[in-house]
Amino acid sequence: MKELLILVIVSVFTLATYYLTETLPSKVNEIHAESHGFAYADLPALTKKGNAARGKALVMGAGACSGCHAITVAGNPAPMDPVTAASAYGVNPPDLSNVGAVYSPKFLAALIKNPAHALILEHKFNAKNGRSFPMPQFYGAGGDKDQEIADMVAYLQSIAVPKDKLTPDIAFQTACGRCHAVHYTKWTQIGQTPKFKKEQAKLEFRTKELNYQDSLIAYLGKLPPDLSMYIRSRGEEYINNFMEDPQNYIKGTAMPRVGVSKEGAEKVMDYLKKAGDPKAAERTSVGKDVMIFLVIFAIFAILWKKEVWKDLH
Amino acid sequence: MKNSSRRGFMGKAFGAVAAVGAVGSLYAMKKSWDPLPSVKAAGFTTIDLSDYKIANKMYVEGWRGKPIFVMKFTPEMIKKMEASDNKYKKNDIARNIVVDGEHFMVCIGLCTHLGCIPAYRPDKENFLCACHGGMYDFAGMVTKSPPPRGFDIPPFKVVGKTLVLGEEGPEYKKMLATGVTL
Amino acid sequence: MAHFTKATSIHDWFNQRLGIDTVNRVLATEYWIPKNINFLWAMGMILAVTFGLLLVSGIFLLMYYQPNIHTAFDSVNYTIMQQVDFGWLWRHIHAVSASVIFLIIYIHMFTGIYYGSYKNGREMIWISGMLLFVAFSAEAFSGYMLPWGQMSYWAGMVITNLFSLGGLHLNGLVEWIRGDYIPSQAFLDRFFMLHVLLIPLIIIALIGLHFGALRIPHVNNQDGEEIDFDVESKKYLAGDKANSKVIRFMNDFLSKDMAVVAIYLVFLFYLVFWNFGFAMDPINFDPANGLQTPRDIYPEWYFLWSYEMLRPFSTNFGLMTFAFAQGIMFLLPFLDRSKNAVAASRRGWFQVWFWLLLVDMIALSAMGKMPPSGIWYDIGFTAASLFIALWVALPIITIFEKKA
Repeated sequence: MKELLILVIVSVFTLATYYLTETLPSKVNEIHAESHGFAYADLPALTKKGNAARGKALVMGAGACSGCHAITVAGNPAPMDPVTAASAYGVNPPDLSNVGAVYSPKFLAALIKNPAHALILEHKFNAKNGRSFPMPQFYGAGGDKDQEIADMVAYLQSIAVPKDKLTPDIAFQTACGRCHAVHYTKWTQIGQTPKFKKEQAKLEFRTKELNYQDSLIAYLGKLPPDLSMYIRSRGEEYINNFMEDPQNYIKGTAMPRVGVSKEGAEKVMDYLKKAGDPKAAERTSVGKDVMIFLVIFAIFAILWKKEVWKDLH
Repeated sequence: MKNSSRRGFMGKAFGAVAAVGAVGSLYAMKKSWDPLPSVKAAGFTTIDLSDYKIANKMYVEGWRGKPIFVMKFTPEMIKKMEASDNKYKKNDIARNIVVDGEHFMVCIGLCTHLGCIPAYRPDKENFLCACHGGMYDFAGMVTKSPPPRGFDIPPFKVVGKTLVLGEEGPEYKKMLATGVTL
Repeated sequence: MAHFTKATSIHDWFNQRLGIDTVNRVLATEYWIPKNINFLWAMGMILAVTFGLLLVSGIFLLMYYQPNIHTAFDSVNYTIMQQVDFGWLWRHIHAVSASVIFLIIYIHMFTGIYYGSYKNGREMIWISGMLLFVAFSAEAFSGYMLPWGQMSYWAGMVITNLFSLGGLHLNGLVEWIRGDYIPSQAFLDRFFMLHVLLIPLIIIALIGLHFGALRIPHVNNQDGEEIDFDVESKKYLAGDKANSKVIRFMNDFLSKDMAVVAIYLVFLFYLVFWNFGFAMDPINFDPANGLQTPRDIYPEWYFLWSYEMLRPFSTNFGLMTFAFAQGIMFLLPFLDRSKNAVAASRRGWFQVWFWLLLVDMIALSAMGKMPPSGIWYDIGFTAASLFIALWVALPIITIFEKKA
């Protein structure tokens, strides 16, 4: 029983060291942020019921969305290629095909109304410093402005992929992929890296990518990081809270609030898991097998010891 | 002694369990030596046969790091292959890949003797391997030892005017079955 | 030349040439170990097994790792972690074992201190063990550079800067160590060489020395009793195993070792699969960036106590206390003036000294990762001062120690 006591002492000091050098410092050093389930409580609730058909007319017409945005599913191609668009606006305006599935409808409405406010970028774009956000505010098309916005949101939702068909790729590419590269999935800010047969084609693509990144740097101040290993360098909780409101962790960051819905955020997380930690499931399953084996191994080792030591006492 | 045999048994049982663990680790070690997914994914190459316009000219492509000889035959060559009663040439025509009535040789450009790359001599319409003097006719069939057989043909699949190297199409499977290639 | 006869069996053939029976007797069946021991005596075997795991997993990492500042990070985090079958397993085993081996080293060291197993002829065991500790520290640090993440880069920057020796401003020495003005390609290449070749060779040689140092004085036992190994082993061989004070290394001691090792492996592999964060710092999953220092920067947990010996003081004095902490433990056999090689519980003030040292080193470790300000600074300063005081006090309290 003396050995048991020694084991208790060793374990207590080991666990105390672990607590003091791992658990406690991460609590002390952590910047605390809480998730509110992507509810965006600061934005006004949607009160009007939208009409998709009227919304379509607005998006394609008086709302003037299609002048800058591609809406591929509705047959509206991008007015410019990504590199040209970025040099004009700082960043390539998103294709609106699936925004209705990825973003929170509440956020979409607030964004149409006043982009800099919804994106929490008013510290950067305001009347005082004379800078305005590249996307103009929607001042209404003559009718009830809130109703018109609700119509446009309804239209965007009607053309987007249904919830059960929303893939991690669509969510990530729509919400994050115009600023962030993920080179482990071969994603660049101007799209998926194709297979190149010739060195020239490769260099051409790379040049476009670098030009696009230059526009981003001019627009944001620095190049947004490659997110390949973020699932392991930041972890799920951080990414989740950061996506909900980047100001949670970095005050004054150039990164806008993304405005994804809860489902959209989950899909983005799936994408990052696939990119940075695709072997997580294998780790658990192999781990279980190894543990079962080791427990059996330990039982046999103890039995062997007992046999050998029987006549040593 | 009854006691000692029982002790021996536990020791052996422990050893057996440890051996199971060792075999398990060996499995993981073996898997770690396998070619990577990126290597396997790069094992397919598509070539467009309409790119090879000039007949009796050797084109060299790459597939899985190996040189692939591609040559379009002239009508005279085809006639030669069809007419000849030479014992080698009887096999030649079966080696051809025919797409839209045009005959092509597509084969792995490594000598079947020890893997050197033979050179094509358009004037003599044959291949000569510099390493040990092995020779092949223009269709890739061996005409002079030491090579034991003609050039090997890579797995291919005909898709329209293109060939996907690395995939096994019906034409390739037939060649395998009839022993035209290994 | 020795006389060889026709072999009667394969065993005999080898025995005539290699003397395998003699080797087996000397190293295993008649290598005598005291019977009066507890599981803490199995730490050596645990260390050997863990070192074996590090060696094997390291071999597999070495096959895919690329020591190049542009490709190192991806060769680890993409090729090894995602492409190679079980590559993630080797890396997790390597990282977790590298961290846990220090826990076992510390337990092993404190066991030695507690039972006084470093004196009366066992000085070389302690000194060779301390050399191993230093070699393992160098091995851990050089290995930490290889993934070329943010922590690799900045740890490399900070630790090599220590060699400017504060007020001496030996910047030339720092550049010589790095092979550049900053940690770069030359730095990565030479630390790669150190990690996979030179230091492992030194470690293996030191393990040989450590084992050799055990032969003549034998290992200690729980009561510090001086055992006549000749008499006791004869008793054992005559069949009186129960009354003999010694046991064979094989299978007697080995079976106990294996039982402890097996239980340890359950614990180790739990960490490998589910709780590896302490050994694989999240910050190091960001690629090295020489233009941005991470917000939190700290060494691995096993270096924290010596790091905290540096931090609370001004640059030059801090370097001195740091050097003191690195060197003083080597002298333990000579600073302890008492002849008692028994458990600390029977040594009066030494017992107090032992537990204070243990708690103080844990406190230093804890403060090493806290922000160096406010209450954390005060605790760190006190703990660092206490550490020095303890070692200064050791000769004094042991000189007056009565015979146990």
